[in-house]
Amino acid sequence: MSTRTFKIWRGDSGGGAFNEYDAEVDEGMVVLDVLHRIQALQANDLAVRWNCKAGKCGSCSMEINGRPKLACMTRMNTFGPDEVITVQPLKAFPVIKDLTCDVSWNYEQNKRIAPFKPQPRGRDGEHRMYQQDVDRVQEFRKCIECFLCQDVCHVVRDRGRKDAFVGPRFMIRLASLEMHPLDDDDRVPEIMKEYGSGMCNITRCCTDTCPENINITDNGIIPLKERVVDRYYDPLARLARLFAGRRMRTKTRSEEQSK
Amino acid sequence: MPTRQLTVLGGYPTGPAATIRKDRWWVSPAITLIVLTVFSVYVTWAALQGDHYYANPYLSPLYSPVLYTDPSVAGAAPIAHSWLGVWPSWWPGFLPASPALLILFFPGVFRFTCYYYRKAYYRAFTGSPPACAVNPVASRRYRGETAWLIFQNLHRYALYFAVLYIFILYYDAFVSLFRNGEFGIGVGSVVLFLNATFLGGYTFGCHAMRHLVGGGFDCMSCGKTTARYGAWKRVSWLNARHPNFAWASLVWVGFTDIYVRLVSMGVITDLNTWTN
Ligand code: SF4
Ligand code: SF4
Ligand code: FES
Ligand code: FES
Repeated sequence: MSTRTFKIWRGDSGGGAFNEYDAEVDEGMVVLDVLHRIQALQANDLAVRWNCKAGKCGSCSMEINGRPKLACMTRMNTFGPDEVITVQPLKAFPVIKDLTCDVSWNYEQNKRIAPFKPQPRGRDGEHRMYQQDVDRVQEFRKCIECFLCQDVCHVVRDRGRKDAFVGPRFMIRLASLEMHPLDDDDRVPEIMKEYGSGMCNITRCCTDTCPENINITDNGIIPLKERVVDRYYDPLARLARLFAGRRMRTKTRSEEQSK
Repeated sequence: MPTRQLTVLGGYPTGPAATIRKDRWWVSPAITLIVLTVFSVYVTWAALQGDHYYANPYLSPLYSPVLYTDPSVAGAAPIAHSWLGVWPSWWPGFLPASPALLILFFPGVFRFTCYYYRKAYYRAFTGSPPACAVNPVASRRYRGETAWLIFQNLHRYALYFAVLYIFILYYDAFVSLFRNGEFGIGVGSVVLFLNATFLGGYTFGCHAMRHLVGGGFDCMSCGKTTARYGAWKRVSWLNARHPNFAWASLVWVGFTDIYVRLVSMGVITDLNTWTN
């Protein structure tokens, strides 16, 4: 057992400040355990969200020593013996109280994405797909919607461009639909013009941060960017489509409707 | 006890490169900055020299392919190595007569538009952002790669040339096994083979390559052992190691030039098996 100093941001949408707490830390504890102990013994009104304590619900996202982390998966023995541990709410979303934020912007982005649209069934009346073809979209199913990637992405976090980019979490949701062998929808124009694939500058903080180790950038966003290149930027691909008489959508659905 | 009242909600500092992080987040961008700067300065210098890029039978990769050569220059490629013959008279006098200037454009663009290097230099050179959860160095209205950076989307065209160069560099490595017609091997041959291999690993692990060989299809195998799926798997293996190959090939291509240059200048002696 040892005593550790925690600097926790306390406040709400009106303002706040860091408060310091000294807490007893037992062996094997994670940051969330210590926050609960502080809540129980020193600050009964400390607001902190959690649910599973197993890194699977994505509720306990916060920033610990300046890095977006799951509090339940951040072990106390990863800090130096005299290190003060700073805990803050996510920067990218509005604070509700203390360590809790309003992440509803993310659910709004999710609603904008057209759902899975299955291809017609095969001649035998079945839908068929093969494991090796869906391996890569299954990587994205590991997502626990902790929104740490959304929080760390500078476009969302620091650039004030929530208007132009859905963020990495929803780029991989789009990738999981766009690359799905049985999905029949074409999402490329929307990926570029509405969801903002061009806003990402592939600096990989989302990938570095994801607690599920999803390779968001390399396996999700870059493949989408390449599909956008096929559709819009590659002059030879455009010529080839012209000669082959293959038409592909370049206008988004809402652009088509507003015509 | 309230310790500090900060203006930004949540206790975040404002201003460029400000952060709550206490680890040494700046080390990695600083290394990138130094390595890329040193490399660019060296390559520019080496490309402007126009001499000592050939030490029989080794050709510096910064000068390959040799389109024109002036065999009278010290350490220049012999005429047999040149694709188009002797140095042209139309070459403007104010430019150094260096064959490297004719060919370095494509590998340069290839690296510049590489998805991995973009990450590296956006972070290290433009601070966009310098590191994760560190404030970006401010720009007026952030537009990502949609505004003037839109040319990054033509990376695959640079890739087409880069693939060609890999074959040329392997050819150079193969030719480096023969000195004046005699088969043999020298340290320089090994250096050249490694160079082609690192660059090959880098080039064939390219994200655009991964897309073009198969990634662009939703049904890569459709249950069969297709060449498309096989190629995608192999490229994906290299792609996962793309940063490693990027740095290895960058350092090695510079080193190869230095090696050939020093041998050509007679500063160091190449160990080899040749008797002639
Ligand atoms: S790689 Fe793109 S999506 Fe991921 S954090 Fe960086 S800018 Fe955001
Ligand atoms: S992709 Fe990773 S970081 Fe982003 S929400 Fe899902 S699990 Fe969290
Ligand atoms: S409490 Fe569920 S992820 Fe941390
Ligand atoms: S992505 Fe790095 S070379 Fe293409």
